[in-house]
Amino acid sequence: MIDPSKHKLREVIVKNRQEIAAGVFVFSYERVYSFTSGQVVAITVDLTDEPRLYSIASGENESEISILFNVLPEGKLTTQLANLSNGDKVFVSRPFGEFKGDEESAYWIATGTGIAPFVSMYYSGLGKDKIIIHGGRTLRSFYNQEVFQKAYGERYHRCCSGEKGEHVFNGRLTDFLKTQNNLPIDFKYYLCGSSEMVVETRDILIAKGIPFNQIIAEIYF
Amino acid sequence: MKDNLFGKTLQELEEVVTGEDMPSFVAKQLTDWLYKKHIQQIDDMRNLSKKNISLLKKKYQVGLIKHTSVQVSVDGTKKYLFPTANEKFIESAFIPDKNRATLCVSSQIGCKMGCLFCMTGKQGFQGHLSAGEIINQIHSLPEFDELTSVVYMGMGEPFDNLENVLKSVEILTADWGYAWSPKRITVSTIGIVPAMMRFIEVSKAHLAISLHSPFEEDRKKIMPVENVYPIPKLLDSIKSFDWNSQRRISFEYIMFKDFNDTQKHINELARILNGIKCRINLLRFHPIPDSPLASPDEKEIVEFRDRLNAKGIVTTIRTSRGEDIFAACGLLSTKKLLKELDSEKDF
Repeated sequence: MIDPSKHKLREVIVKNRQEIAAGVFVFSYERVYSFTSGQVVAITVDLTDEPRLYSIASGENESEISILFNVLPEGKLTTQLANLSNGDKVFVSRPFGEFKGDEESAYWIATGTGIAPFVSMYYSGLGKDKIIIHGGRTLRSFYNQEVFQKAYGERYHRCCSGEKGEHVFNGRLTDFLKTQNNLPIDFKYYLCGSSEMVVETRDILIAKGIPFNQIIAEIYF
Repeated sequence: MKDNLFGKTLQELEEVVTGEDMPSFVAKQLTDWLYKKHIQQIDDMRNLSKKNISLLKKKYQVGLIKHTSVQVSVDGTKKYLFPTANEKFIESAFIPDKNRATLCVSSQIGCKMGCLFCMTGKQGFQGHLSAGEIINQIHSLPEFDELTSVVYMGMGEPFDNLENVLKSVEILTADWGYAWSPKRITVSTIGIVPAMMRFIEVSKAHLAISLHSPFEEDRKKIMPVENVYPIPKLLDSIKSFDWNSQRRISFEYIMFKDFNDTQKHINELARILNGIKCRINLLRFHPIPDSPLASPDEKEIVEFRDRLNAKGIVTTIRTSRGEDIFAACGLLSTKKLLKELDSEKDF
């Protein structure tokens, strides 16, 4: 049994739980701590299980903290989270982490729920001079796409590996990146997603001449 | 599919035997056969009754796994390839050195951590090893009797697979297991703080931390974990523990040319490690394909070591071993053995 005080976990009430695509969910809880966009929280449903980390997907000044997650085939916690209802309780930590954005020109590159920190940065006022590349398996998996489409137009790229759609690149995000020439070497490149995505994307960027010290990655583990 | 007895702790074996209505002392007999007498099959457990052997064989097997290949370096290092339960592969490096012999074991198939300098990270993550699969690398090693130490520095991040790593260390060190001194074991981590603190609390084995830069912003560029568990949080956690016992903490520092090899880095290392009784191991960078990183020359590495020693930090240079067979630090990988299905991506 985890000692909530030792892990600095706090009980919060689930609100606004929704399934936004098959196996992809978002829920929120009252913002009891301040945070910086890009930070993560540790979450558990059952105090017998170690908490796992999730990026915050809401702006710094919003009244609720939103969490985006997908159900993993062997993931006990994500299955528990998916079965939550509004009003249920979960245990959360204080936000922490250093995956921070800034106002400089940058690419935000994510797959699946890895878009969460960039959604948070956008709603925290750091969306200026950004280009977004988001990869997903289905057309419904592009969280916040309506807002990004309106805000960024042609600077918002969706790459869908499982379905075809209008104004959507049909293929993997890495395939899309391979088609991009003259990527600016003075931009920062923020990556967020699985280790496979980050490693492959980073290799492509480096092969295209981007200095490795311009690439900042957050990996889900 | 039968469950493996090998890799279970005494407590888990007690659950097995009581579940089969055997007396609980049979569990201790099992640990003797499994971990001290190196039997290959349940039939070899000669002090068990025929009835108990028959009961165990219905649901269980010993579960040892032989290596499928071995490569031998010109310097005597051997790299063993072991299959895993999920039909993948891991590598272990046996490193003989004068009167010592170390085995570098893997804790995961692949790795999730994505460090820029590591070959294992390039294959992504294909699964955790069970405690039995970790211990099997040691137990099934042809040179088992020569081993003086084991380091968890092979494929994977041990503290991303904490429960199985802890269980494997327990089996290695418990009286009912191999009864090794914990001083023969070093577990290496990139600094997953909550798991590391639990390891420090429940184990007495040595700890090695992959640091590679004393500066947060630089470490972020080569180690994504820095975004989650930054250096100050990592070191504050380390400092909360008393390291003045026989237990050792060391910091691993791969040298990268024009990245982490200046006097500024020496000064910052001295500042942030002040108050921690530790040592630094400098490692040469072993280049991986398409890497933007390079190693300084030998003279610069020696000078870096000497200047750290002059600052009062005990610093050594680790000898590179097995580079010609890709067994050296950061080079282990079974990516070429992954089937197409394994590389199915989520993007």
